[in-house]
Amino acid sequence: MAKKPDARPNVSKDDLLKYYREMLLIRRFEEKAGQLYGMGLIGGFCHLYIGQEAVVVGLEAASKEGDKRVTSYRDHGHMLACGMDAKGVMAELTGRIGGYSKGKGGSMHMFSKEKHFYGGHGIVGAQVPLGAGLAFADKYLGNDNVTFTYFGDGAANQGQVYETYNMAELWELPVIFVIENNQYAMGTSMKRATKSETLYGRGVAYGIPGEQVDGMDVLAVKAAGEKAVAHCRAGKGPYILEMMTYRYRGHSMSDPAKYRTREEVEKIKTEKDCIEHVRDLLTQGGLASDEELKAIDKDIKAIVNESAEFAKESPEPPNAELWTDIYA
Amino acid sequence: MATQVLMPALSPTMEEGTLAKWLVKEGDTVKSGQILAEIETDKATMEFEAVDEGTVGKILVAEGTAGVKVNTPIAVLVEEGESVTDAPAPAAVAVAATAAEVPATVAAAPVAPSPAPAPAEVRGWPHTDLPAGPTKTMTVREALREAMAEEMRADPTVFLMGEEVGEYQGAYKISQGLLDEFGAKRVVDTPITEMGFAGIATGASWGGLKPIVEFMTFNFAMQAIDHIINSAAKTLYMSGGQMGSPMVFRGPNGAAARVGAQHSQDYAAWYAAIPGLRVCMPYTAADAKGLLKSAIRDPNPVIFLENEILYGRSFEVPAEGDFVVPFGKASILRPGMDVTVVSFGIGCAHALAAAEALVGEGISAEVINLRTLRPIDYDTVLASVMKTNRCVTVEEGFPVGSIGDHLASTIMQRAFDYLDAPVITCTGKDVPMPYAANLEKFALITPAEVVTAVKSVCYR
Repeated sequence: MAKKPDARPNVSKDDLLKYYREMLLIRRFEEKAGQLYGMGLIGGFCHLYIGQEAVVVGLEAASKEGDKRVTSYRDHGHMLACGMDAKGVMAELTGRIGGYSKGKGGSMHMFSKEKHFYGGHGIVGAQVPLGAGLAFADKYLGNDNVTFTYFGDGAANQGQVYETYNMAELWELPVIFVIENNQYAMGTSMKRATKSETLYGRGVAYGIPGEQVDGMDVLAVKAAGEKAVAHCRAGKGPYILEMMTYRYRGHSMSDPAKYRTREEVEKIKTEKDCIEHVRDLLTQGGLASDEELKAIDKDIKAIVNESAEFAKESPEPPNAELWTDIYA
Repeated sequence: MATQVLMPALSPTMEEGTLAKWLVKEGDTVKSGQILAEIETDKATMEFEAVDEGTVGKILVAEGTAGVKVNTPIAVLVEEGESVTDAPAPAAVAVAATAAEVPATVAAAPVAPSPAPAPAEVRGWPHTDLPAGPTKTMTVREALREAMAEEMRADPTVFLMGEEVGEYQGAYKISQGLLDEFGAKRVVDTPITEMGFAGIATGASWGGLKPIVEFMTFNFAMQAIDHIINSAAKTLYMSGGQMGSPMVFRGPNGAAARVGAQHSQDYAAWYAAIPGLRVCMPYTAADAKGLLKSAIRDPNPVIFLENEILYGRSFEVPAEGDFVVPFGKASILRPGMDVTVVSFGIGCAHALAAAEALVGEGISAEVINLRTLRPIDYDTVLASVMKTNRCVTVEEGFPVGSIGDHLASTIMQRAFDYLDAPVITCTGKDVPMPYAANLEKFALITPAEVVTAVKSVCYR
């Protein structure tokens, strides 16, 4: 049973349907990616975002055109949420020319200048100063864009995160540090990695305000995101959002996730699932019928299947691509 | 007993300075710790304190005197009832007065001024590649500063970031005056946080800016090397050509003088190994200016390896027009017929000194200054080797996986039949840099070693 939804009188049906649709796209896409990985069509590392969908969808709902985003290697959800084409993402996963990086980046390294998505970074924590640097550029250029810089609870223990906090606050950079606390850094639970009770609280040492947010509740995420964005756009410097979330799958496709119990995972899935939450809001509030939602499900399935077909049919990059894009 | 006050060394590489001002006069009584004079190096004016007590018997060097060598007696302190003539003769003065023995009130971390302008390095061998037209003599330091200032004037998205680049006017005074001209928005002082600001600069390069990141020395860039390589160098490729990192990482590289193992490493071969980076290592002031301007304009991440000892040396630089040096174009510092000596950065000074010494042996050495290590101008090197049939490489870095190794392999593969002798690679020794003056000298490449190598490939 999904959690009993609170009354949310100020959310429109259209908005809820939009969030439902976007979260569902990520989940179905990731399920398909897992399937293609099993078939050997996707190689290397593949980190699925299943369970965490509300974080990116909620924050994208708080953003405007021009805002930037940068994240780690668990990046498929971020790309879909900011409007990148599912076909291009899936074809990158299969290493084809139709992928966002012409097959040269892979699951962990995709970019879209058009959608202001700056990767896709494989070194844990490296995206944090990079995100602050994007914000530095926006401040320098005098616009009011903000940069969403996503990282996990594991990355939160990297030293460069705190180097970045220090400079971001010192220079009042318009950057939102989004800690996606899914509670496991690969196999190490947060309790085994730190005595800090919260991660957002570490910002206090640098003068950066922040808060913990129910990252399984897209509306809570959006509300917190709007607050953080307002802070940044007002020129008050960075803000930290610690999104309490959970990944249903292993760290990567090859992780059996034996460091946590099946019961723990099941409990989150049944009590906290972000998609079920919105579905309940829609159905229990009488805003949408089962038929309407089924139609969306069907739509999403079609988009995902189409992306998988494209990713299979798109040719491998020609050999000459080996030697391009090394220098501009 | 009268004591001589000696011109102090106020940094690891200082050889001489200007006695800017005396704060005492003859007949004054001084206590230890009292400030005697202001000494100007080419980067900073430092106060100079008395170590001993006494009366200023005689001032030997008038204020305003430039080019006063370290350890020159500049004054005599006498005790009560003594005369100046009681002071020991200058010859008796110990040679090694170090910065530590001469407390300066401005503490010196790696704040290290180079010697005041030395004679023009390449006099007698005019640069074959300097454009026709008037030139001016300037130090490498001034050339670097001028390159940055010109490019910052031309492009508002260019900015400088690093430790002490602004208010302090640069740890090595490369950025002196830039804060005044361009303001704190474009000359950004950072906390001591190399990894953090290298990452921020890389992100800023994706966001539409052209950062120049100054590392106080490249030794500290090891803290930031993940961003240099994984973030800056690889992103254009990983993004399928969508976005690259138009930026420069610059700072002194290699050994200075007596600063020990952690501050004395040449990273040329490390960075030259990375696809996606450009790597410059200038020798002359003209190289420094022309290459840095090219680097700032280049749409790729550029590693720009400077040398602290060269900062204060003077060379001719084109005085007019927009002088740039293209990447991948070596210069021939000295033409010759018998052997090709290939070097870059400060190695060129050793190569040129060796070439000069070899004249007496009847050997004519052609000295090539690579200027950029990625790309490398193989054509110039190969053409020279095909002419001379012999090659010696000279660099300060470690021997294993050196630039010389790479050149030797390239020459072997592409000019094997032209070689009359194996290529010899002269490098720094395979040891961490020692502190002791004698051992440091052993560890570094010297002109004498180059001479020996050249004679060996000439079977002499």
